[in-house]
Amino acid sequence: MTDASQHAAAPKSLLVADSRTRSRKAAEMRFRLYGMMAVGVGLLALVFLLTSVLGNGLGAFRQTFVQIPITLDEKVLDKSGTRDPAVMKKVTTIGYGKLVQKAIEDELAAKGIDTQGLKSKEIMGLLSKEAPADLRDRVLADPGLIGQTIAFDAYATSRVDGYFKGRVTLETAERDSNISPEQLKVAQAMADAGMIETRLNLAFLTASDASELRPEAAGLGVAILGSAYMMLIVLVLSLPIGVATSIYLEELAPKNKWTDMIEVNIANLAAVPSIVYGILALALFINFMGLPQSAPVVGGLVLTLMTLPTIIIATRAALKAVPPSIRDAALGVGASKMQSIFHHVLPLAMPGILTGTILGLARALGESAPLLLIGMVAFVKDFPAAPPEGLMQPATALPVQVYQWTQRADPAFVERASGAIIVLLLFLLTMNAVAIVLRRRFERRW
Amino acid sequence: MSVGLLTLIILGLAAAGFLLGRQRALSAVKGDARALHSLPSFYGWSVFLFTAVPALLVMVAWLFLQPTLLETRITNTLPAAETATSSTDLVMADVRRLADGLDVLVAREGLDTAAVAALAADLPALSDRMAGVGVAFGADLDPAIFNAAIAYRDLGASLTGMMTIAALIVAAGGFLFALMRVHPEQRARNLVEQFIVVLLIASSLIAVATTFGIIASLVVESWHFFRIYPASEFFFSTTWNPQFRGGSDLGLWPLVWGTIYVSFIALVVAAPIGLMAAIYLSEYASPKVRATAKPLLEILAGIPSIVYGLFALVTVGPILRDWLAMPLGLGNSSSSVMTAGLVMGIMLIPYVSSLSDDIINAVPQAMRDGSFGLGATQSETVKRVVLPAALPGIVGAVLLAASRAIGETMIVVMGAGAAAKLSVNPFEAMTTVTVKIVSQLTGDTEFASPETLVAFALGLTLFCFTLGLNVLALVIVRKYREQYE
Repeated sequence: MTDASQHAAAPKSLLVADSRTRSRKAAEMRFRLYGMMAVGVGLLALVFLLTSVLGNGLGAFRQTFVQIPITLDEKVLDKSGTRDPAVMKKVTTIGYGKLVQKAIEDELAAKGIDTQGLKSKEIMGLLSKEAPADLRDRVLADPGLIGQTIAFDAYATSRVDGYFKGRVTLETAERDSNISPEQLKVAQAMADAGMIETRLNLAFLTASDASELRPEAAGLGVAILGSAYMMLIVLVLSLPIGVATSIYLEELAPKNKWTDMIEVNIANLAAVPSIVYGILALALFINFMGLPQSAPVVGGLVLTLMTLPTIIIATRAALKAVPPSIRDAALGVGASKMQSIFHHVLPLAMPGILTGTILGLARALGESAPLLLIGMVAFVKDFPAAPPEGLMQPATALPVQVYQWTQRADPAFVERASGAIIVLLLFLLTMNAVAIVLRRRFERRW
Repeated sequence: MSVGLLTLIILGLAAAGFLLGRQRALSAVKGDARALHSLPSFYGWSVFLFTAVPALLVMVAWLFLQPTLLETRITNTLPAAETATSSTDLVMADVRRLADGLDVLVAREGLDTAAVAALAADLPALSDRMAGVGVAFGADLDPAIFNAAIAYRDLGASLTGMMTIAALIVAAGGFLFALMRVHPEQRARNLVEQFIVVLLIASSLIAVATTFGIIASLVVESWHFFRIYPASEFFFSTTWNPQFRGGSDLGLWPLVWGTIYVSFIALVVAAPIGLMAAIYLSEYASPKVRATAKPLLEILAGIPSIVYGLFALVTVGPILRDWLAMPLGLGNSSSSVMTAGLVMGIMLIPYVSSLSDDIINAVPQAMRDGSFGLGATQSETVKRVVLPAALPGIVGAVLLAASRAIGETMIVVMGAGAAAKLSVNPFEAMTTVTVKIVSQLTGDTEFASPETLVAFALGLTLFCFTLGLNVLALVIVRKYREQYE
């Protein structure tokens, strides 16, 4: 354009585009294409991310079970015959393991399945190490079962589970010290005979974490509960504090350098990296105040501090959106400043405040870095009690559970971690959907 | 008495105060509310606030200070021989664990004080019983530690008792004080409203307190670190090699290099894609495309970073290793600077795009119209008019994205690796400041050792870096705004 005079010297025809016009048009097309490509790359990345997580994780909701009829022998499980759980506790999982082993061998013989010369130990190797413990828990919970023959669904070990989900093949089993191709062949024969079934496993959502060697039994129960406790604390603390701060700054504060400092402060806090909040929590809550490590109360407090700026910013926007005429009308009929705020402005701003709060909570739910530093990576098997005591007991959180599972060696844990991500994303999706509905439903145009 | 019960009692007293205060005001004027200065409920509220707020404040402050007080008192009673061999912190940790274990035993078996004291007779047996309730001790229990634990429990119990009494006295005092002041001419509304303003100011100071807490904890612990480790080594050494037994090299530079390298790759991905996406969505796209594509892109910003971390670890890392790094002979590690940078770049696309979008939209339409009127094509308008006008804002957006990249933790923890080295090969595993903060603070080393404390110095470095970038971005964006409003 700037040097147009040189080129425009000899226009040939108005109907035929000259080379310069053509190159400008081509440049225009190219630029447009780059833009489309950029949007496309972004969307593609989103699709790729989601499909990769879904593809890896959906398997975690299904689990392979081995169905065995087991006769619960009184002579083994309850020698005294009193059915007293305290006495029966003396029989350890080893005793139950022998029972399970006998049952599975009998069943294989009854179904006429060729065991390929596997030893008893290798046949037991098809089952999860959790199976005898499961059986023991079930018997201790209901001693009346003793003497009966019950249908017992034992978890298959993670390799057998992987075989039926396609993660493990006969070739990979050759190189695997935990499973042999023969074992897989027996498992296939058992599946053909209807002894092995892969089906929906809700225990993934309710069970607690399991040790390194038994990924098939690991569940999200403690993590979901821990996250719920923390969200409760965040909600209870950050909503009132955030609203109070916003009301003061937006409605009451004089404009001076103090309030200016508070505002700059809040803007900066929103940009502090989350790991720094973790350091704060470690130094202040755990080392200085002596609160217990890996407790939901510490996690809740640090997430509250992180969420506050988000809620304050959203609340101030909502308060700002209420027109001044509402305040003036309230003042005009004799309300005090406080009454105009609490009786009129705040109720009208409530939908906006709630939307902002839910979005802040959603952010807090997905946050993991600060929780790593306050010891939430610990292995927690026991469910925390109901609040308030439960808030001080060790727990873990959904995103941290994901991290923990990825650090373990067995590839079955990667599937579990992706499954946990799906659960996390579903929670986030629900919260965001609620926020959007709230906004649509109650948004007012003045 | 437990804290929850105490809170409930205080709130109950305050609720009773509300009813009584209201009643007292009304009965003073024989039920004729018009004779009162304020509405009857304001008299009630004044009693409620004076009862609940000071008492709860006393309770919270006490809970803050009690552990420190307990700690110093017990530490002073420990025999000198005990603290001479190992550090006081470790001894106190044992005392605390023993005291907790005793609590569990008492709760489970209903022991009384005499029975607990009698446990001292057979310490090895006690050690076994402790293991039974999940408190295992490595070495044999020391009588001195046992005595300290008993003293710890007694002092803790008496302090909690004192807290209960103090809070209840304050609540009752406030209750009576406010109730006595209830009088028809009392300006109850003004009193209550002033009280509320004070509460509002107090809660807005929490944000300031948070900043103060962050800076104080970083600076104090960093100072501890620099007392036992030379600052010149930390700031100028190029080796990072922590040892469990001491004698570590804790040089900052390999970590800073890794951080900068990962962030650089992330920005090389995010800045052009985000900027072009913003240009396309604001200048070219039809309203319909914009209405669907923009929220979809913003989903990327709403996905937690742990998800990106898993994506890097499970999907992107192996793909890059098998398709690029191994064929090119550049390395065989699936966690690499490239993996982390690429995934982080994807995460940052929406940060750049939505900020730039706002800024591009803020450029006055008249400027575009002027450019079109001179015969410029749309792309020429964007390149020569809109972008130069929006440049300061876009630079601000990129700087904000850079500060996010530097502070990002989970993606680099899971995608970049843990080896601290100075290398230019992007397919090699390197590490960042945030990764090392996590690994130094989640290890089993003693808290007072330089290997742990270095995390606070790293945190301070990180905090200064991101704060600097944010302030710079803010200054640039503000300057831009002044030109166009």
